[in-house]
Amino acid sequence: MHMLEVKDVHKSYGNLEVLKGISFTMEKGETKVIIGTSGTGKSTLLYCINQLNPPDKGEVWLDGEEITNPETDINKIRQKIGFVFQEFNLFNHLTALRNVSIGLEKVKGMDKEKAQERAMAELTRVGLKEQVQQYPAQLSGGQKQRVGIARALAMDPMIILFDEPTSALDPELIGDVLDVMKALAGSVAMLVVTHEMGFARNVADEIIFMEGGIIVESGPPKQMFQYPKKPRTKEFLGKISTLYGKE
Amino acid sequence: MLEALVDSLPQLLEGLKFTIGLTILSLILGSLLGILLAVGRSYGKPPLSSFILIYEKVFRGIPLLVIFFLIFFGLSQLGLGLDPITAAVLGLGLRSAAYQAQIYRGAINSIPKGQMTAASSLGMSKLKSIRYIILPQALRLSIPGWSNELTIVLKDTSIAFSIGVIELMRQGRYVYVRNPDLILPVLLLIALIYFILVISASKGLNYLEKKYKMSGFEVGVER
Amino acid sequence: MDSLPSLLDGLSITLLLTFISLTIGLVIGVALALGRVYGNKIISSVCIGYIEVIRGTPLLVQLFILYFGLPSVGIILTPLSAALLGLSLNSGAYQAEYLRGSIQSIPSGQMIAARTLGMNRLQSIQNIILPQALRISIPAWSNELIYLLKYTSIAYIIQVRELTAEGKFIAADTFRFIEIFVIIAVIYLALTVLLTAIIDKIEKRLSIPGIGAAESIALRNA
Ligand SMILES: Nc1ncnc2c1ncn2[C@@H]1O[C@H](COP(=O)(O)OP(=O)(O)OP(=O)(O)O)[C@@H](O)[C@H]1O
Ligand SMILES: [Mg+2]
Repeated sequence: MHMLEVKDVHKSYGNLEVLKGISFTMEKGETKVIIGTSGTGKSTLLYCINQLNPPDKGEVWLDGEEITNPETDINKIRQKIGFVFQEFNLFNHLTALRNVSIGLEKVKGMDKEKAQERAMAELTRVGLKEQVQQYPAQLSGGQKQRVGIARALAMDPMIILFDEPTSALDPELIGDVLDVMKALAGSVAMLVVTHEMGFARNVADEIIFMEGGIIVESGPPKQMFQYPKKPRTKEFLGKISTLYGKE
Repeated sequence: MLEALVDSLPQLLEGLKFTIGLTILSLILGSLLGILLAVGRSYGKPPLSSFILIYEKVFRGIPLLVIFFLIFFGLSQLGLGLDPITAAVLGLGLRSAAYQAQIYRGAINSIPKGQMTAASSLGMSKLKSIRYIILPQALRLSIPGWSNELTIVLKDTSIAFSIGVIELMRQGRYVYVRNPDLILPVLLLIALIYFILVISASKGLNYLEKKYKMSGFEVGVER
Repeated sequence: MDSLPSLLDGLSITLLLTFISLTIGLVIGVALALGRVYGNKIISSVCIGYIEVIRGTPLLVQLFILYFGLPSVGIILTPLSAALLGLSLNSGAYQAEYLRGSIQSIPSGQMIAARTLGMNRLQSIQNIILPQALRISIPAWSNELIYLLKYTSIAYIIQVRELTAEGKFIAADTFRFIEIFVIIAVIYLALTVLLTAIIDKIEKRLSIPGIGAAESIALRNA
C-alpha cells in the first residue's frame, strides 16, 4: 500500500480539460517536485488531491483510504494533508503564533495552552522565535511563508503540498524558505510545485514533468537532468535551468 | 375589504403627490446649497470654510425631527410662522445640503490637481475653472452618492407627518382612522408604495450613472 | 431648569433604544449577512428580500406597522417595545449590508487556507472570516450607532417618551420651543461627538496591522 496514490485523475473547467489522467504514488517521507509550464494544471492537481477542487474522474487514496469517496470525512483527511500557498494566505487577524495554533485548537480540539506551546515549537523550528507575536502585515514575505510552513507542520500531516512556495518572494528571501524545506525533507512527505531547480536537483527523490494535462516524464533528478527520455523534457529543463540557475 | 382599500387609493395618491413634491423640492434646495457648501469648503478661505464645517456638523448631528421642530415651532415662537410644507422642505433641504456637500466635496477632491492647473493655464479664472472644469466632472462622480441621498430624503419625508404635512402617511392615517379595519392593509400598501418609489428611483439613477459615465473615469466617490 | 429631570429621563430612553437596537441589530445583521453570502439559493434570496424591503421603506412606516398595525391581528406591543423591535429589525438590515461588504472584501485565500487546515465551513466562518469582517466593519458600525441615536427620535411619533418627546412636552407647556430644542440639539450633538470618540478609541484598541476598513460601503446618513 502506498501512502498516497493518485489514480487517473481528470479535471475540466467547462470545456477546458486541464488534467487528462494523472497517476503517481508517494511513500512516507518522500519528496517529489512537479515542474511544468504555466497553466498546465499543477495547482489544479494539488487542489484535486486535498479535495478543495475534487476531480471529475479518478481516485485519490491516502493512507489506505479513498478520499475521493464523498462518504469520507474530508475535514479529517485534510488535517493529514498540509498545504503551503504561493500567496501565503496567513490569517490576517491573527499573530504568527495564533496562525499556527488555531488549527490545533479549533480542528484538533487541543487546549489553548498546549496548542500555543506546540505552535511556539514549530515557529522556532522555522527560525521565527522572535516573530511569534507579529501580525502577518508586519512580516516579510519570507517570514510569512515560514509561518505558512509552520502552520502546516503543526497539524502533524503525513504530506505537505507546496504550490510554488517561493514564487511570490523577492530573490534574496527565497533561500530561507528553501532551507526550511530542505531541513524537512525525509521527516514528512512533500509534493512541491516549484521552478527552483537547485531544490529539485538536491532535495527531490523524483521529478515529475507535467505538460498538456499529463505527466510527460518522471524520474530521479539525476536521470531527468542527464538522460531525459523525451526531447520535450530536455528542452523544458534546459530552458528552466537557464532561467532559475543550476543551484 | 379589498374594495375599501381600492377606494382609498385616490386619497393615498393625493398624499403621494405631496411626498414626491417634498422630495423633489428638498433635493433641489439640498443640491444647490450642497454644491455651494462643497465649493466653499474646498476652495474658500478659513472663516468661510470653518463656518461651513460647523454648518455640516450641526445639520448632520441632530435628528431631522428636532430640525423640523426648531423650524416649525421655533420660528413661529419668533413670529415667523411657516406653513408645514415650507418648514418640511426647509428642514429636509438644509439637512440634505449638509450630506450632499460631503458627497460633492469627496468628488471634487478626487479630481486630479492637474485639471485646475490646466484650466488656469488657459487663462480661466478660479470661478470659471470650478464652473466649467471641476464641477461637471465632480457632479458626474457624485451620482452614486446622490442616488443614495435621494432615497434617504424620499423615505424621510414621512417624518414630516409629525409637523402636520398631509403627505402619504397622514393621508393613510385619515383613511384608517375612518375605517379601523383597514389599518394594517393601508400601512402595508403605503410600505409597498414607498418600496416601489425607492427601487425605481435607485434603478433610474443607476441608469443615469451608466449613461453619463465618462470612460477612464471610474473613480469611486468617497463616502 | 425644572425641565432637566424629565429631559434626563428622555435621554436615558434614547440611549436605551440606541444601544439595545444596535446590539440586536448586530445579531440580526450577522445572521442576514452570512445567510446572504453563504446560504443556499433559498436562504440567500430570503435574506436579500428582507434587506431590500427594510431598506426600501421608511423607518416610520415600519414603526407604524408594528405599533398601530399589529394590534389588528392580535399582537399588541407597548410603544417602547414596538420601537425597540422596529429599530432593531431596521438596523439589522443595514448592518447586514455593511457586514456583507466586509465579508466580500476578505480575500478568498483566507477561506481556502482555513479549509486546508481541516476546518469545516462553519468553523472557517466563525474563526477566520467573521473576526476579520467584524473588525473591518467597525467604522460602518460607528456610523450606524450615530444614525440610530438620531433616528430613535422618530419613536416619539409612536408615543415613546424619549428625549425629543420630553422636549416637545415641556416646550408645549412653556411655549419656549427655541430654548428647549436648542438644548436638545446640543445634547444630540454632544452625544454624537462623544460616541464617535469612544468608538474611535475602541477601533484603535482592536486594530490589527494590515486590516483596514472596507472601502465603498455605501453608508446611510449618520
Ligand atoms: N477555477 C477555474 N475556472 C476555470 N479555469 C480555471 C480555474 N482554475 C484554473 N483554470 C485554468 O486551468 C488551467 C490550469 O490552471 P492551474 O492553475 O492549475 O495551472 P498551473 O499549472 O498551476 O499554472 P501556474 O504555473 O500559472 O500556476 C489554466 O488554463 C487556468 O486558466
Ligand atoms: Mg499554479
